Amino acid sequence: MSAEVTLENVWIRFGDFVAARAVDINIRQGEFFSFLGPSGCGKTTLLRAVSGFLSPSEGRVLIGGKDMAGIGPNKRPTALIFQNLALFPLMTVWENITFALEVRGVSAARRRKRADELLELIALPGQGEKMVDELSGGQRQRVAIARALAAEPGVLLLDEPLSALDLKLRQHMRTELRDIQQRVGITFIYITHDQGEALTMSDNVAVMREGVIEQVADGNTIYDRPATAFVASFVGENNLLRGTVSAVSRAAVTVDTGLGAIRARAADSGGKGSLAVGDDAYVFIRPESLKFDEEKKMDNNISAQIHQQEFEGSFWQVFFSIKGSERKLKLSMVNDGSAMSHQPGQRVTLGFAPELAVATPAGPLAAE
Amino acid sequence: MALVRHLQNFFRRNGAALSVFLLGAVGFWILFMIVLPQLFMVDFSFRVNLPPPKWGTPEHHYTLEHYRYMVYGSAGSESSFNVIDLQVFFKTIVAAIFVTIFDVALCYPIAYYLAQVAHGGWARLMVLSLIVPFWVNEILRAFAFRIIFGASGVLNKGLMALGIIDEPYDFIRENFALYAGLGYAFILLMIFPIYNAIESLDKNQIEAARDLGSPWWRIHWRVVIPFAKPGITSGCTMVFMLTAGALAAPQILGGPSSLWFTQIIYQAFNQAGNWSRGSAYAIILLASCIALVLLLMRAFKVRLGEIAR
Repeated sequence: MSAEVTLENVWIRFGDFVAARAVDINIRQGEFFSFLGPSGCGKTTLLRAVSGFLSPSEGRVLIGGKDMAGIGPNKRPTALIFQNLALFPLMTVWENITFALEVRGVSAARRRKRADELLELIALPGQGEKMVDELSGGQRQRVAIARALAAEPGVLLLDEPLSALDLKLRQHMRTELRDIQQRVGITFIYITHDQGEALTMSDNVAVMREGVIEQVADGNTIYDRPATAFVASFVGENNLLRGTVSAVSRAAVTVDTGLGAIRARAADSGGKGSLAVGDDAYVFIRPESLKFDEEKKMDNNISAQIHQQEFEGSFWQVFFSIKGSERKLKLSMVNDGSAMSHQPGQRVTLGFAPELAVATPAGPLAAE
Repeated sequence: MALVRHLQNFFRRNGAALSVFLLGAVGFWILFMIVLPQLFMVDFSFRVNLPPPKWGTPEHHYTLEHYRYMVYGSAGSESSFNVIDLQVFFKTIVAAIFVTIFDVALCYPIAYYLAQVAHGGWARLMVLSLIVPFWVNEILRAFAFRIIFGASGVLNKGLMALGIIDEPYDFIRENFALYAGLGYAFILLMIFPIYNAIESLDKNQIEAARDLGSPWWRIHWRVVIPFAKPGITSGCTMVFMLTAGALAAPQILGGPSSLWFTQIIYQAFNQAGNWSRGSAYAIILLASCIALVLLLMRAFKVRLGEIAR
């Protein structure tokens, strides 16, 4: 029953505003796929185009290879879980869950039986007679999932469904969602602005900015090999150095920054806008890739002054001021039990490997 | 004790001057505008009918004759029941029920459209065009309906021009004009409570039902109408009560052979000068309407508190 979803050159416009721009995406059958981006980037709009609540201004939406143009949300093999869940407050839990079956004219006895099976699946056995407002936030969340699954959709669409939950429950529901997805085996399309959710649950993630898909890849690739400056700055923490490209080789580019020449891996931007000598470029270095390197053993070295040190239990976070920049550099290292030997104010040399730094063309960054 | 504490809180929150004003105004309203007049009416209805100078004398004693009259008629009459008054009474109640049902059917879609579909200037324009006609006074509106439904009125002319009928149809004799007028008279009291209820319905619920495969009618049946039920009940209660108690529209738009129960009450007070019988009849109408409303509320499982929301 699981279906693949394809967006072909999808444009969505509201008057002059473009909510989605030339979106081309193929979501495999049975995949857990996330759209990740800041609020207002158009991810919910795309989801509504897949569910059928709005039709693209241009381009096609295919589900299971079938063009969905002219097919309303009630006729599509999709089920949507709303951000606020939108459970029916005047129905009992089991009536909520089996609403899709009621619509299809399934007898009450069989619906009741199906509801019990689904309540079993979401670990709420025997709660069918309750009203929705008698449940806790996490329980309601699971009822919403069961209600959508009861429709036996080929694709389940989730619009930031965890955003209303508190942190602990959210982390628990991540695991549970992933688990349910693997058990039912249908395609999940998940919308979120929370990178933690996207990276932990998804097979693939599409990072969006202002209606444009910046990168589609698995979580590892998104984190380790961001394709654009936006992806690098939006996903995870990153140190940013700005400079001009002075040399390009197959393996690396050299960027002249205020702190000297730095060698870094060129971002794989998929053919468009690769770096050339003379280009304005950003170099991104993850805090965990940055090391103390007094002996200058590494290929890239920066001299810096320790500004502040923070102890976070399993990690030390160290902040540095560098010459010619307001921005502080950040280094994080695992607390291995040895005492921190540095003091604020101390001048140090930092180093990092070129393959752990990414150079992208200068471009828009994520808002801090 | 609880009452004293509530009162103390009330005074502390609002200050002495405002508290006295609020309590005084509401108390005056309830006592002098509602309770006392109704009590006088109840009292009248149980006393023999006498001219004002004899009120309060021993002759002005209590009796059930006016209530008896409503059911059995005068002692000397041929038939064993007061057929005329009873017929008019039941016809009025049944007609008011149908007018109410008609108003729900008409107003629910309008209220839904205003609350969930229309927005911005268009919605405001629609609300305005619903309200503005009610600036025209009731009598004038009723006469305007008479003109529309009259033998040479717009409706007859139009239908004849279209070839649907050959000669003017007597809408007034057949009470079409009456029901149209009554149906229109309290339309706002139906639209606004329903509108209020539906407006607070989360759009996502409608979309969720749609997404789960529901056709539009089932969305209304299972999601919107249950949610709007308190509003619908509130609208129905007001429209039913006011329709059953309407006087101007039946006077002006009623056919020559038709009587509304309020007209009988009016005749008792004004033409027969029988205030006691008028009071008794009015109280019978009021009590019947309240009983019917409470009965229906129980049948549809609506609590009184929900209506006040």
